[in-house]
Amino acid sequence: MRADRAAPALLDSVFRREAGRCTATLIRVLGDVDLAEDAVAEAFAIAATRWPVDGVPLNPGGWITTTARNRAIDRIRRERDSDGRHAAARRLHEASMERDPDPELADLDAYVDVVPDDQLRLMFLCCHPALARDAQVALTLRLLGGLETPEIARCFVVPEATMAQRIVRAKRKLRDNHASYRIPEAAELPDRLGVVLHAIRLIFTEGHRATTGDALVRTDLSDEAIRLGRVLVDLMPDEPEAVGLLALMLLTDARRPARTAADGSLVPLADQDRAQWDRAMIAEGHQLVRACLRRNQPGPFQIHAAIAAVHADASTAEDTDWSQIVALYDQLLAHRPDAVVATNRAVAVAELKGAEAGLRELAEIDESAVADYQPFHCVRADLLRRNDRLDEAIVAYDRAIDLTTNPVEARFLADRRAAVAPTT
Amino acid sequence: MAEYLLSVWHDEEFEVDFEGDDMQRIVAQVDQFNADLQSTNTWVYGNGLQPASSATVVRGTDGDVSMTDGPYAESKEQMGGFWVIEAADFDTALEWARKATVACEGPVELRPFQSEG
Repeated sequence: MRADRAAPALLDSVFRREAGRCTATLIRVLGDVDLAEDAVAEAFAIAATRWPVDGVPLNPGGWITTTARNRAIDRIRRERDSDGRHAAARRLHEASMERDPDPELADLDAYVDVVPDDQLRLMFLCCHPALARDAQVALTLRLLGGLETPEIARCFVVPEATMAQRIVRAKRKLRDNHASYRIPEAAELPDRLGVVLHAIRLIFTEGHRATTGDALVRTDLSDEAIRLGRVLVDLMPDEPEAVGLLALMLLTDARRPARTAADGSLVPLADQDRAQWDRAMIAEGHQLVRACLRRNQPGPFQIHAAIAAVHADASTAEDTDWSQIVALYDQLLAHRPDAVVATNRAVAVAELKGAEAGLRELAEIDESAVADYQPFHCVRADLLRRNDRLDEAIVAYDRAIDLTTNPVEARFLADRRAAVAPTT
Repeated sequence: MAEYLLSVWHDEEFEVDFEGDDMQRIVAQVDQFNADLQSTNTWVYGNGLQPASSATVVRGTDGDVSMTDGPYAESKEQMGGFWVIEAADFDTALEWARKATVACEGPVELRPFQSEG
């Protein structure tokens, strides 16, 4: 051990890496989400006072887990002695677990061993389908990401009290309903995994294109979503959609350095300096897409990733293989026949066959489904502009701007609108 | 094991026409659902309710008890009946709620009881 002035920064990175894993195991051990959070927080608090004095242990993550474990064991011991029945009543239900939920003390060491599956159990618990989507996302960031409630509140620009209540309510609902801490069985797995994937996707999307806040991109959320995606792929390597989601996030995030200009304004895909794209992320994304193709069990996330891979393949916007992209959107429509996919497909058709063809595709989409869908109006405005239907383009830009919540994106659209209507 | 309430909800105007084909079908489905609950030892209690207009609210304030005619909640949606079931955990109870809504062809609310059964 060595004294290290950089301990706080290191503590932070260890926390980011270990908090979710540690919390996941302690929930199983203690049978209670709040007790687990307390034990992990306690271990990090001890680290914060000891490490700057004693130096950082060689294996900081292991140290944290062991310390939290010991705290947990102390706590179980205390509660067994004093108020055991009360403690038992607080536990999450463990019907499907083989281990005795109230183990003999001698077995506790084995019982609190870190099991990789614990993080998976926690993902399925946080993303329980009986929780509202925003509660799933908040709980995932809190328990698996180790984000503090104020941080999560800032990320989604809601008052701290609102976010705190959302998280408390979600935890309470799971406890009151006796939710099991388990991995879903094969029959229910596709649905349950779908919920987890969508929650991670939502965290990524919020980071990639923040709906609120001043910057276009909120890096911490994208990074956290990618980290969660990696954990999921590590734990479920045979789920092609999980691999597809990770590939999609990597290939999308690779463009991040080129998405904003020096003045903070938005740069659309066609105008991006592709030399700035992160080649390592693209290479990893490509590798994952190829692995999916070999498996040949296509699903929406994999197809999305394949589309992102085609974009990444083109060294200039003009080199983009739009016919392949249109074909992939056709596949995607077969899986998910909705207005979002149809809008994206229209963009690709416009690149392949011209703005008028793209507008024809947009006209096919059910108007009521896209009335408040901002990307539809952005795309339509752009295609009308390119088709020289300027009056209609202005109306479409106005609608798009009305629906835009990110200020950087709103500025971009206002600039485009001004270029179409220089006199107004 | 834990106990859960499965309540069935419908619009107040809901008229029960036991002679109609729809009701005949629903009654048969619910009978089968009840039999499934009983054969799996999930059943605690279950029954349908008379219309909400038959309800009386009795309210005690400072020793005085008053009565009002009609249901407590003046909403369009009223409870039409309920089951109390015993299930191993949340997901098991949700699975029964799924079967219940299919059987009675109406929305079903799942809610846990405070104490474990």
